[in-house]
Amino acid sequence: MTARRIIPCLDVKDGRVVKGVRFEGHVDMGDAADLAARYRDQGADELVFYDITASPEGRTLDYGWVRDIARLLDIPFSVAGGIRSVEQARRCLDNGADKVSINSPALERPELISDMADRFGAQCVVVGVDSKRSGDDWLVHQYTGDPTASRGSGRRTLDWIVEAQALGAGEIVLNCMDEDGVRNGYDIDQLSAARARLTIPLVASGGAGAASHFLGVFEQAGVSGALAASVFHSGVLAIPELKTFLADSGVEVRP
Amino acid sequence: MTAVTVVSYGAGNVASVQFALERLGATVRLNADPGEIADADRLILPGVGAAGYAMARLSDLGLVAPIRAFARPLLGVCLGQQLLFEHSEEGSGTPLLGLIPGVVHRLEPGPDRPIPHMGWSRLSTVRPDPLLDGVGDEAWAYFVHSYACPDGDATLARADYGGPVPAVVRRANRWGCQFHPERSAAAGARILKNFLELPA
Repeated sequence: MTARRIIPCLDVKDGRVVKGVRFEGHVDMGDAADLAARYRDQGADELVFYDITASPEGRTLDYGWVRDIARLLDIPFSVAGGIRSVEQARRCLDNGADKVSINSPALERPELISDMADRFGAQCVVVGVDSKRSGDDWLVHQYTGDPTASRGSGRRTLDWIVEAQALGAGEIVLNCMDEDGVRNGYDIDQLSAARARLTIPLVASGGAGAASHFLGVFEQAGVSGALAASVFHSGVLAIPELKTFLADSGVEVRP
Repeated sequence: MTAVTVVSYGAGNVASVQFALERLGATVRLNADPGEIADADRLILPGVGAAGYAMARLSDLGLVAPIRAFARPLLGVCLGQQLLFEHSEEGSGTPLLGLIPGVVHRLEPGPDRPIPHMGWSRLSTVRPDPLLDGVGDEAWAYFVHSYACPDGDATLARADYGGPVPAVVRRANRWGCQFHPERSAAAGARILKNFLELPA
């Protein structure tokens, strides 16, 4: 196994990082490039930039901004939000992004995953999945960036991730919406069920509020990485302390 | 200031490699012209994606012969390292540049070993080399790949991912990094700096 990855996620709106609770009510958390540089220096293993306005508003990404971030970082980063075509993905990668993450557009047109994988290789293609508990199952939601457009996709989460993998996804980021922004811990049951069905890397998202939550998801769900936003942006948890705690607890992390 | 040419052939992470070299103060030329590639002081061959597509691009651009004949320092990065070898299992089999003996093979997933091998792994040095000067024996590097090079005489450093993964290779004036030095923080920057300082 590789070192378990700690991945701050920056929800970006017009170059600013924002954070909402359960995807609603956004609060300004600072300049995106400044925060990215800070996390790089603190030992983040990877960064995700999610353009929260691009997808619901049908806008395209600001590729010049992607280029500025690529110039700044010496760690990998992926770009999410608003990527609906192979051409848009190409422009993100050409401007220095390491991976592109697609979510709602992949649900609309699953062959977008295979088109991108064929062109760029599976390692560049991340499929993000927003998932919500429904009875004793989990269902995929789409258009979650906009509370008025958010809705169920009619797909079972555990079926969709297997389909995405078969189509050529190189990694799944599973965002457990019931936990998102509430800092009560990752959804270990759901992530363990997802891990058992995949042979590609799985990244946990949603619910991180304390160092013990990271330990739990690595030890119990076997995920390759854990993504978190507000717990880092708010200063509740600093990456160096988190990594020291994980290393002391026997989880291999990059110092 | 050191000049370096990055082969810009439409199958590589050219921008991130360019930026990493610029952070080190190098003058970076992105180029796909056979004559200019042949005349470069030093050459970086990046690459992501499928080996077959990358080889077809090099062939279409007339770059196979100048890269094979290149006698000054050459560094293949990620897929660019794999292209240095003879053959890849990828697709229904793909002939490569043939500069280092051996066949590139597919990595198989296993328990606690998802594929692609994606993330940070430790490097363990097999033998010292100017490219690895100042890179500690337990340095971390960022890998993303589903195929791996054969472990043999060319291996300078390995990663462990359910078996030895050649992480840095060398044969004569050709070096390769399976990981992405441009995305491997301090260790990656040091390797690129060492490459820029190799006598051309």
